[in-house]
Amino acid sequence: MFKLEARARPSRWISLASPLLALLITTLIGMVLFASLGKDPVQGLRMFFWEPLRNAYAWGELGLKATPMILIALGLAVAFRANVWNIGAEGQFVVGALAAGWVAMQAGPETGRWIVVPILVAGTVGGLAWAGVTAWLRDRFHANEILVSLMLVYVAELLLQYLVYGPWKDPAGYNFPQTITFLPATHVPRLFPGTRLHIGVWIALAAVVGVWWLLFRSMAGFAWQVGGLAPAAARYAGFSSRRALWGALALSGGLAGLAGALEVAGPLGQLTPYVPMGYGFAAIIVAFVGRLHPVGIVLSGLLMSMFYIGGELAQSRLGLPKAITGVFQGLLLFSLLACDTLVHYRVRRVRHGHRPAAEPASPPAAAPIHSGQEVR
Amino acid sequence: MTPRLELRRISKSYPGVKASDEVSLQVAPGEIHAVLGENGAGKSTLMKIIVGAVQADSGELLWDGQARQIRHPAQARALGISMVHQHFSLFDSLTAAQNIWLGLDRRVSLEAVRGSVKRLAEQYGLPLDPERPVHALSVGERQRVEILRALMTEPRLLILDEPTSVLTPQAVQGLFTTLRQLAAQGCSILYISHKLDEIRSLCQRCTVMRGGRVTGEVDPRQETNASLSRLMIGAEPSRPSPRAVHAQAPVRLALQGLAAAPSSPHGVPLHDLHLVLRAGEILGMAGVSGNGQQELMSLLSGEDGRSPPGTLLWSDDGGGVRDIGALGPRQRRALGLHHVPEERLGRGAVPVMSLAQNTLLTRREAVGRWGHWSPAKASALAAGLIKRFDVRAAGPDASARSLSGGNLQKFIMGREMSATPRLLIVAQPTWGVDVGAAAQIRAELLALRDQGCALLVVSEELDELMELSDRLVVMARGRLSPVVPVAQASVEQIGLWMSGLWDGDGALPESQAMRGGAAGAGEARHVQA
Repeated sequence: MFKLEARARPSRWISLASPLLALLITTLIGMVLFASLGKDPVQGLRMFFWEPLRNAYAWGELGLKATPMILIALGLAVAFRANVWNIGAEGQFVVGALAAGWVAMQAGPETGRWIVVPILVAGTVGGLAWAGVTAWLRDRFHANEILVSLMLVYVAELLLQYLVYGPWKDPAGYNFPQTITFLPATHVPRLFPGTRLHIGVWIALAAVVGVWWLLFRSMAGFAWQVGGLAPAAARYAGFSSRRALWGALALSGGLAGLAGALEVAGPLGQLTPYVPMGYGFAAIIVAFVGRLHPVGIVLSGLLMSMFYIGGELAQSRLGLPKAITGVFQGLLLFSLLACDTLVHYRVRRVRHGHRPAAEPASPPAAAPIHSGQEVR
Repeated sequence: MTPRLELRRISKSYPGVKASDEVSLQVAPGEIHAVLGENGAGKSTLMKIIVGAVQADSGELLWDGQARQIRHPAQARALGISMVHQHFSLFDSLTAAQNIWLGLDRRVSLEAVRGSVKRLAEQYGLPLDPERPVHALSVGERQRVEILRALMTEPRLLILDEPTSVLTPQAVQGLFTTLRQLAAQGCSILYISHKLDEIRSLCQRCTVMRGGRVTGEVDPRQETNASLSRLMIGAEPSRPSPRAVHAQAPVRLALQGLAAAPSSPHGVPLHDLHLVLRAGEILGMAGVSGNGQQELMSLLSGEDGRSPPGTLLWSDDGGGVRDIGALGPRQRRALGLHHVPEERLGRGAVPVMSLAQNTLLTRREAVGRWGHWSPAKASALAAGLIKRFDVRAAGPDASARSLSGGNLQKFIMGREMSATPRLLIVAQPTWGVDVGAAAQIRAELLALRDQGCALLVVSEELDELMELSDRLVVMARGRLSPVVPVAQASVEQIGLWMSGLWDGDGALPESQAMRGGAAGAGEARHVQA
């Protein structure tokens, strides 16, 4: 028999090891999955863990997919630490893409490269505004931000469909639901010839540094986190919970919108109904697997990107269903949540037959002051 | 007659404190026996020993004359001991009957429970609809659910812990009727309280406790409030020679008719508070906790921004007066108003954050331009506090929750006292700290006073207030007593005032009747029915 026993204090070591353990479990279950689908498990794993790293082009694709997820996850990490549960980054991503796409459509043949700046700004503002709707409903009506932000994802997707099937449809597009292909001037600059990597990588890395400073060196980030960890302490200190709500949603929405703009002005080059690619939801997993820490998020963002690419390869080369990507993402998140139990609990063997005395569940509550854990 | 319950020389120690020191007690069948004492006198520990939640270190427990070891609550229940706790443990979404059913033997059907609840409710005059969900019940009705739950086990000893603290006066009378009826049928009752009037009108015997010891066993009907409160609070403490009080010391903060409705369902409404806090003076605020002190401190610190305009007037050194009612805690702190809350972990400090980070809650030393804060400066500040106030911690990087309660208290007190406040509001300044540290904290408070800081010290320990304060005021039921210079205050008088009896006639002030509003009126109707 095994028994879970509360640890005296959470284990820092397990907290860092837990994502790796979760990855291992995901891999093992993945192999079983491949085998039961009648595919060679080694071949399957190759698609996920080797093919995406095989050459410079593959690395470029890896970075290309990791960039939006890292950007979004950085914002979400700040929001989650502030106890603001924005799970609608996908919608903010879409609205960011719409705003950026609108600016891109205004470009004419004489427009210079400067248009990229307004495109990215428009995307950021679009995502920020969409998150602002959630913030306002929460602030004004105490609406639950989890539900509101999630439902606004579907509103954003419907908005996108309305625009590409209707007013924004390319007149010369044979009635396909898509906008015009944006002019080359609107494309974000690429980094290396032969890859699709673009300056979004640098923007994401700058955001890593910025979010790290915000979380660990700025009073605003400190105040938001106090609000998330101990609301009473935040009230005592005089940190405004409203400011934390608006700030956290604005930042996470803005970064999601920026990621959307980078997609539109990068690999996509036009708006189609397929703009929402699940980056906003995947970024939730990225944020948690990365321990809500900017550096951890870079690593987990790359990992999640491997899953995306591996899923596509498994689909095209092994004939596995597309859903395999989602299955892997879900497996990773669930394994992580399971492994995180070990941060606060440890597993202990209990000898068979010997049952612990039926002690009452009542703690010796009479002396909470004196029985507090003494320091070392 | 053999006592139903007899305790002989029961002792129980926790690290650093003797919660129960050779306590003896006898309860006869059908007797209503009061246990009187201030918070922290050891009443709760004693009751936990009786119901088996806590094991005594030494001493004997006799039940119907036979020595017994009660190792856990189920055993106590089997003997016929039931307890109604001060804080209810009911599921809001379940009905009253379902809540009662949950605590019973599985073999009893819910239907049968409903029937017995109805029967018991009628028998003891505890009107209650068993089909109503608990969230729809008033506080008094919830207590009836708890009492009915206890009665379902047909107890022979019923323990009630501060049962009237949440009740309206009418509901209190109803409860007393029920208890007298129970006692008449032979059930013994242990009634824990610090309300003198109630004990004198209800109980036949009274054991008074103080600091874990029994200080007297009396017939409360023969005693006066004054004599009981003297037993409860102790002899007049020796006082330092009274200081010359600067009657004309400059006013720092004036409360002029401060009032507020409760912000939570269990809160206490504050009524028309008038008070003057002067520079270079310590005002001690006595009173049993839960009488509005929390609410008042929230209004003073700015956490609760609902002070009516013109009721909180701050005077700066130049003589300028401004209304600070609309300012938040940070703005008030910038003026020099600092505050040490009663709740240390989770309010005065963030548990998982380091001591260095916890300095950032109220101190600005480590914060530079653009809101950038320097870990080095925060650590240095925390290290200084650790050293100066002898905080036992691994260092500035130790998390707040790794500290013992007393050490965290020293850290938080130090953080606020060393901020050169101009008005310091402190709740329970030496709560949980050892004797030496308590003396140091008191000395620091006195030093602050001598530097011209105004202090408001809210404490349940009257000794401490007598020792520290220049003037004393009592808070009871959301109102403030008159202010007396400490030299003219007597323990008896303050003890009486703590029951809210400063109007002389012992009548309950109207504020108590207003508590609970509509629910109170509803209870009055039930009682008469």
